[in-house]
Amino acid sequence: MITTLVYVVLILAIIAIARTVRIFELLDELRGERDTQEINRSDNRFNGFMLLVFLIATIVYFLYVTLKYKRFILPVSASEHGVGIDNMLYVNFLIIIIVFFITQVLLFYFGYRYQYKKENKALFFPDSHKVEIIWTAIPAIVLIALVVYGLVQWNKIMSPAPKDAVIIELYAKQFDWTARYAGSDNNLGKTDFKMIESSNPLGIDASDVHSGDDIIAKELHLPVNTPVLLVMHSRDVIHSAYLPHFRTQMNCVPGMTTQFHLTPTITTEEMRKITKNNQFDYVLLCNKICGVAHFNMSMKVVCETKEEYQKWLGGQKTFADNMKVSDEKTSNSILVSK
Amino acid sequence: MSIQNSNTPTGLASEHYAGDVYHTAEWHHHGHHDSDTDDAHHQNFWTKYVFSQDHKMISKQFLITAIVMAVVAMAMSTIFRLQLGWPGHKFPFLESFMGHWAKDGVLDPGFYLALVTMHGTILVFSVLTGGLSGTFSNLLIPLQCGARDMASGFLNMLSYWFFLGFNLMMLISLFVEGGPASAGWTVYPPLSALPEAISGSGLGMTLWLVGMALFIVSALLGGINYVCTVINLRTKGLTMSRLPLTIWAFMITAILGILSFPVLFAAALLLIFDRSLGTSFYLSDIFIGGHPLAHSGGSPILYQHLFWFLGHPEVYIIIIPALGITSEIIATQSRKPIFGYKAMVGSILGIAFLSFIVWGHHMFVTGMNPFLGSVFVLTTLIVAIPSAVKVFNYIATMWRANIVLSPGMLFAIGLVSFFITGGLTGIILGNSALDINIHDTYFVVAHFHIVMGSAAIFGMLGGVYHWFPRLYGRMMNKKLGYIHFWLSFVSVYGVFFPMHFLGLAGVPRRYYADSAYEGFHELVNVNSLISVFAIIGALAQLIFIYNFFYSVFRGPKTVQNPWKSNTLEWTAPVEHMHGNWPGDIPVVHRWAYDYSKPNAEDDYIPQTVPFSKTKSSNFPGED
Repeated sequence: MITTLVYVVLILAIIAIARTVRIFELLDELRGERDTQEINRSDNRFNGFMLLVFLIATIVYFLYVTLKYKRFILPVSASEHGVGIDNMLYVNFLIIIIVFFITQVLLFYFGYRYQYKKENKALFFPDSHKVEIIWTAIPAIVLIALVVYGLVQWNKIMSPAPKDAVIIELYAKQFDWTARYAGSDNNLGKTDFKMIESSNPLGIDASDVHSGDDIIAKELHLPVNTPVLLVMHSRDVIHSAYLPHFRTQMNCVPGMTTQFHLTPTITTEEMRKITKNNQFDYVLLCNKICGVAHFNMSMKVVCETKEEYQKWLGGQKTFADNMKVSDEKTSNSILVSK
Repeated sequence: MSIQNSNTPTGLASEHYAGDVYHTAEWHHHGHHDSDTDDAHHQNFWTKYVFSQDHKMISKQFLITAIVMAVVAMAMSTIFRLQLGWPGHKFPFLESFMGHWAKDGVLDPGFYLALVTMHGTILVFSVLTGGLSGTFSNLLIPLQCGARDMASGFLNMLSYWFFLGFNLMMLISLFVEGGPASAGWTVYPPLSALPEAISGSGLGMTLWLVGMALFIVSALLGGINYVCTVINLRTKGLTMSRLPLTIWAFMITAILGILSFPVLFAAALLLIFDRSLGTSFYLSDIFIGGHPLAHSGGSPILYQHLFWFLGHPEVYIIIIPALGITSEIIATQSRKPIFGYKAMVGSILGIAFLSFIVWGHHMFVTGMNPFLGSVFVLTTLIVAIPSAVKVFNYIATMWRANIVLSPGMLFAIGLVSFFITGGLTGIILGNSALDINIHDTYFVVAHFHIVMGSAAIFGMLGGVYHWFPRLYGRMMNKKLGYIHFWLSFVSVYGVFFPMHFLGLAGVPRRYYADSAYEGFHELVNVNSLISVFAIIGALAQLIFIYNFFYSVFRGPKTVQNPWKSNTLEWTAPVEHMHGNWPGDIPVVHRWAYDYSKPNAEDDYIPQTVPFSKTKSSNFPGED
C-alpha cells in the first residue's frame, strides 16, 4: 500500500514539475522571450552572483565541516612510522589547501567579475611564455620536493625489518582473520594449502621443526615499542590487512607472501586515555573487496606492554598442543568405533 | 564513381564516400542541389534512425544510450546510498522492484556489492567512455574538421552497435541468477574468477566479460575511425596547429584507447580462460568451498598490472575529452582566445604519454616491489604539472574576459573547480607513503568521483548544453539549465567533500555498513548527510532529462550560430544533411580562437573568414 503510494506520489511530482515548467515557458512566451533562449544581462548577473555566493558558502562549509569532524580525522598514530606519515600528510595538506584556495577563488571571482557586457571587450591575450614558464616551473619544483619527501618516508617504511622483529602471521580467509605467532623460535612453520582441514585451518606442515611452537589465535596482540613483522597470507581471494591506527596496510594475496613491519608505540590502555573512551580498541579491518561479508571481516587488536604480551602468549596453546588434542580425539573416536 | 552512389549515403556501397567522392569537386558540381530531396526520398525509418552511418545520427544514438545508462547507474547509487545513509532501515518500495535482493526493503549485502560494481562499470564504460567520446567525437570531429563524414561510416555504425551490445549485456546481467558481477568494477581475481567466492562471479561475471569484449571492439572501431578522420579528412587550411582543442583532445583520447584497450582484452581473455578452461594465469594456492583447487603458479597481481595498464589511461580517456570540450566552451563564452594554445596541446600530449607509465600507483600496497612503487610515485606526481598548466590556462582565459554565463559555461567552470579539488587530493594519493593509510578508503572514493567522475560528467553535460543546437537544431531551456547546474554542483560537493573525512578516519570503501568497528558508528551522521545530497543530485538530473527530451521536440528553433563561435560546425546548416555542407566544404583561414581581436568589427572571427577580409584586425604577417 505504502509502496503504491510512493510510486503515485513520485509520478504526480514529476507531472507537477513538468506542468510548472510549462507555465514558466508560457509566461516567457507572453513576454516574447521564449524564442531566443539567448543569455541576457539578468542571467549573467544572477549566475555571477551565485558563483560568488557559492564560493563563500563553500569556504564556510569547508571550515565548519573541518572543525566539526576534526576529532575523527586522523586518529592519533599508534606506530613509529605513522608519525612520519602524519607529518608528511600535514605538509601536503598545507600546500594543497593554499593552492586550492588561490585557484578556486580566482576561478569563481573571475566568473563573477568579468560577466558579459555588450559594451565591454575581452582582452586579446593568447599567450605569454614568461607566465607559462613560471607556472610550469613552480609546480615542478614543489612536486619534486614532495616526491623526494615521500620517497624518503617510503623507503624508510619499506626497508627490511630488523632481524629481531617479532614475527606474526596474519592469515586471511572469507570472512575472518587468524593470527599466528612464531613462538619461541621466532620462526613460522611452513604451510601448504593442501593440508588445510578443520583441525588445521591454516594448513601448517606438522613435519616442519618450526611448526610445533606456533601459536594460533583470533586476536592480534602486539608488544609495544617492539619491531613487529607482519607476514600476510590469504587462502581464497585477495584481502587487505588494514590497521588504520597504526597507519599500516598491505594486501593478502593467495599464492604470495606479503609483509609489513611496524613498531607500535601506544598500548590500548594508553590510547583509551588519549581518546577518553574506555571502550576503545584497535582494529584490523579487511580493506579489499572480498565477498558478501567483506564489511564484517575484522579482528580485535590489542597492543600491550612486553610483559603483558609474553604473559598472554604463555597462556595460549601451541600448534603441537592442538594437534595432540585432535590426534587424541581421532584415536578416541577410532577406539569407540572399534 | 557515380553521384547517385554518393547520394545514397546509408548504403553499404557508399562506405568510402566520406573520404572520396564528397571531397572531390564532383560533389559540388553535380550533387549538391538535389541532395536534400534525395535524403528524404531514399531514407526510411530504419536507415535514418537505426542503421544510420551518418556521424550526427550515430552521435545522437550514443548520447541517448548513455543517458539511459546514466539513469540506471544513478538509480543504483541512490539505492545503495539509502542503505549507507540509513543502515538497516526498511524501504519497502525497494522490495517491490528488487524482490529478494531487498527483502523487507533492506538491501541485501551481496546485491549491495553488485550495485557498487555495476554503478562503476556503467558509468566508467557506458557513460564516460562510450557515451562521452561516442557523442562528441562523432558529432564534432567531422564538423569541426570540415569533413563530410567519418573516414568510415560503416565502421562507425558498427562501433555503435557493439557499444549497444555491451550495454544490453550489462542490463541483462542484472536479471540473471546469482546477480550481476559483484567483485567491484575492477573485477580482481580470484574473487571474480570463483563463483564459490561470491554469487555474482557466476553467469553475471561471464556476461560482464563478454560485454567487455564487445565494448573493446566498439572502442577500437570508434577510435581508429576518429584518428583516421582527424589525420586524413581535415579541410583545406585546417593544419594541425589550427585545430580546435576539442579535436586535439578527441584524437589523443582515441590514440590512448587504441593503445590500451587491447591490453584489457588480454586481461579479460585470460580471466575467461581461468574461469572456464581451468588455466592458472591468475590463480594459485586456493582453498575455497571446503576443498583445495588445482590451480597452481598463477598470480592475481598479474591481472592488476594488465587491468591498470588500461585502467589508468582509461581515466584519461574519460577526462581528456571533457577537458577538450571545456577548452572550447570557456574560450567561446569568455569571448577570448584560449590562453596558451600550444601549452594546452602540449599538456594533453604530456598527460597522455604519462598516463601509460603511472598504473602502478593503484598497486602500492599489493605487495609489489617497493622500488617499483618509488618509480610510480615519481611518474604519477609529474602528471600534476601538465594538469596544473591546464588549470592555470583556464583561469587565465577567464581573466579580463567578457564571460557569457550560459549553462554550458557554468558546467565548464564546474569542471575546472572539480579538476582542481580532485587533482589536489591526487597529489596525496599518488605519494606511496601517504597512500598506505588511505588506500581503498573513502578518501579515494572522494578523489576519483570528483576529479574524473563529476568533472567528466560536467564536461559531458556542458557539451550537451553547448552543442544541443547543433545536435537537434533547437535550444534547451536555459532556466532549467541553471536550476540543473546549481543543484548538481552543490550536490557533488555535498556528496564527495565529506567523504574525505571518512577516508581520513579510516573508513574502507565498499563496506555495506560500518558496523564492524565501533569507532565508525559516530560517522553515520556524515553518511546520512551524503545520502541526502545524493538524492537531491539524482532528482536534479530529472530536470535535465525533462529539459533534454522536451527541447528535442518542442524547444525553440536555433539560429545558425547561437554562441557566436568561430569553429566550423556552426557554418553547417541547422537542419542536418548528409555530407554536412551543401556545396563546397568550408575552407579554413585561421585558428579557432580569434575572439575579441583588437580592431575587429565583431568579437569573433570564424575560421572561414580569410585575412584579406579582416585587414583592420590583422597582426603583422597575417595577410
